[in-house]
Amino acid sequence: MIHRQTLTQLAADLRARKVGSVELVRAYLARIEASQPALNAFVSITAEQALAEAEAADRALAAGRGGALAGVPIGHKDLFCTAGVRTTCGSRMLENFISPYDATVVARLKAAGAVMLGKLNMDEFAMGSSNETSHFGPVRNPWNSTLVPGGSSGGSAAAVAARLVPAATATDTGGSIRQPAAFCGVTGIKPTYGRVSRYGMIAFASSLDQGGVIAASAEDAARMLREMAGFDPRDSTSVDVPVPDYLAGLDAPLAGLKIGLLKEFFDQGLDPAYERCVREALAVFTRLGANLREVSLPNIPLSVPVYYVVAPAECSSNLARYDGVRFGHRCLEARDLEDLYKRSRSEGFGAEVKRRIMTGTYVLSAGYYDAYYLKAQRVRRLIAGDFERAFGEVDLLMGPTTPTVAFALGAKTADPITMYLNDIYTISANLAGLPAMSVPCGFAAGLPAGLQIIGPHFAEQRLLNAAHRLQLETDWHLRIPGEYA
Amino acid sequence: MALTRAQVENIAHLARLELEAAEIPQFQQNLSSIVDFIGELERADTAGVAPMAHPLAGLAQRLRPDEVTEGDEHELYQRNAPQVASGLYLVPKVIE
Repeated sequence: MIHRQTLTQLAADLRARKVGSVELVRAYLARIEASQPALNAFVSITAEQALAEAEAADRALAAGRGGALAGVPIGHKDLFCTAGVRTTCGSRMLENFISPYDATVVARLKAAGAVMLGKLNMDEFAMGSSNETSHFGPVRNPWNSTLVPGGSSGGSAAAVAARLVPAATATDTGGSIRQPAAFCGVTGIKPTYGRVSRYGMIAFASSLDQGGVIAASAEDAARMLREMAGFDPRDSTSVDVPVPDYLAGLDAPLAGLKIGLLKEFFDQGLDPAYERCVREALAVFTRLGANLREVSLPNIPLSVPVYYVVAPAECSSNLARYDGVRFGHRCLEARDLEDLYKRSRSEGFGAEVKRRIMTGTYVLSAGYYDAYYLKAQRVRRLIAGDFERAFGEVDLLMGPTTPTVAFALGAKTADPITMYLNDIYTISANLAGLPAMSVPCGFAAGLPAGLQIIGPHFAEQRLLNAAHRLQLETDWHLRIPGEYA
Repeated sequence: MALTRAQVENIAHLARLELEAAEIPQFQQNLSSIVDFIGELERADTAGVAPMAHPLAGLAQRLRPDEVTEGDEHELYQRNAPQVASGLYLVPKVIE
């Protein structure tokens, strides 16, 4: 069965001409079509374009050419701009927006030969932890369709878990790659801030947003990230640091690796069955010769409140561009300019986006700026400092990705704070700009649990190495939900 | 801290959002609980700590040379515009 192959195997089989890209693309498109009523993972399916690209990839491969991902089908989170293809960001505001250009990530993967099958569903403007804020309806968890897939990259995670695509792009502002990866039992990596270009990624919170990938294994993620990462003059926050070959270091032995267990993550309301999964994965690292010890980051409990000042503040500025004038939704029969702004925005944005814009407006408004915004930025430095000290003593930090396994649709929509607290373990890595992964680490009550691995800036290779070695010893990442196996 | 209805209406106005009368109590309740939640930051001792705006310490944002690098693509870009005439974006009359 083609869909049980990893991206790594598919890329090799394509190159060896054991399978054609057109054949692969047809097989995956059929899976996507069949899954849509149940999962709703895709907002747009680009079948015609995909088949044309697959034919081109097959010709290139036949001629002994083609990039590292030639002919490999993938999906893009609908937050990445794709030239000539609708890019909605999960919002009514951009329901009919046809991007005039490709995001750098999209262009790079295209140049490597990857074939886009469609655009993946997500929380509106990436604001949400359950995919329930999407204007295009929630995505459902392939392990149990009454549960959420996590968010905001819920479509990306569900699609990879159900093997509708071998890998998908995703973005992470406070956990939006790692939390859905954990909920869906797949592997996700959020690189260091500045590692992957944000050009053409629709902005939410510019000091936190980072593009990354969700795949079935660390090796597959490394193969994708190798093509995506690197300096981009078009993104002023892109960092000009060479990209190592992420595949080269995957097999390095872990003997002597110093792993810190994030004490606060195990203290804060972690479900006991989930904790057992995490501890089981940690025991694998001990067997592989790593040294584990507890590490305390005292300011970490303030991560969520800091985030809910900084992220909404940046969101309120970034989303000011949606004014009904140049692109996006426009209301009918505006009386004057203010009426045009107000009604276009109120009709175009959903409730959670409005809450975040208003929270941001409030913390940035006269009289509150120092008390909230500057204060949050000071605490942000304390949190970053905690990590810096920890990485003076250990090579990697580990803990759970989420406090619980996936929850039911509707369970947390009534109270925003309950929803926000779902990202309690993931947010701190964004505040400090650190690379972080979620890797499958077992099942609690039949649902996937995720081990989170956090590293120092630009240590993606070390993260991928540790995750890959874990995956050589375990098979949690190879489990596919029954209906999609 | 509970936000008043007038405060919520003012925030919405500043953000150029128009809330329906029926939805204001819900936003009032949600925003009040968010403000309480972020109020927790007050407890943190940040004396002498400089605000952190960029997650990578010591890295300032680059400036590029002030050179034209993009061609004129206004026709392409205006395909997404709600209302255009003669290459111009149309909005309700601003100046009488």
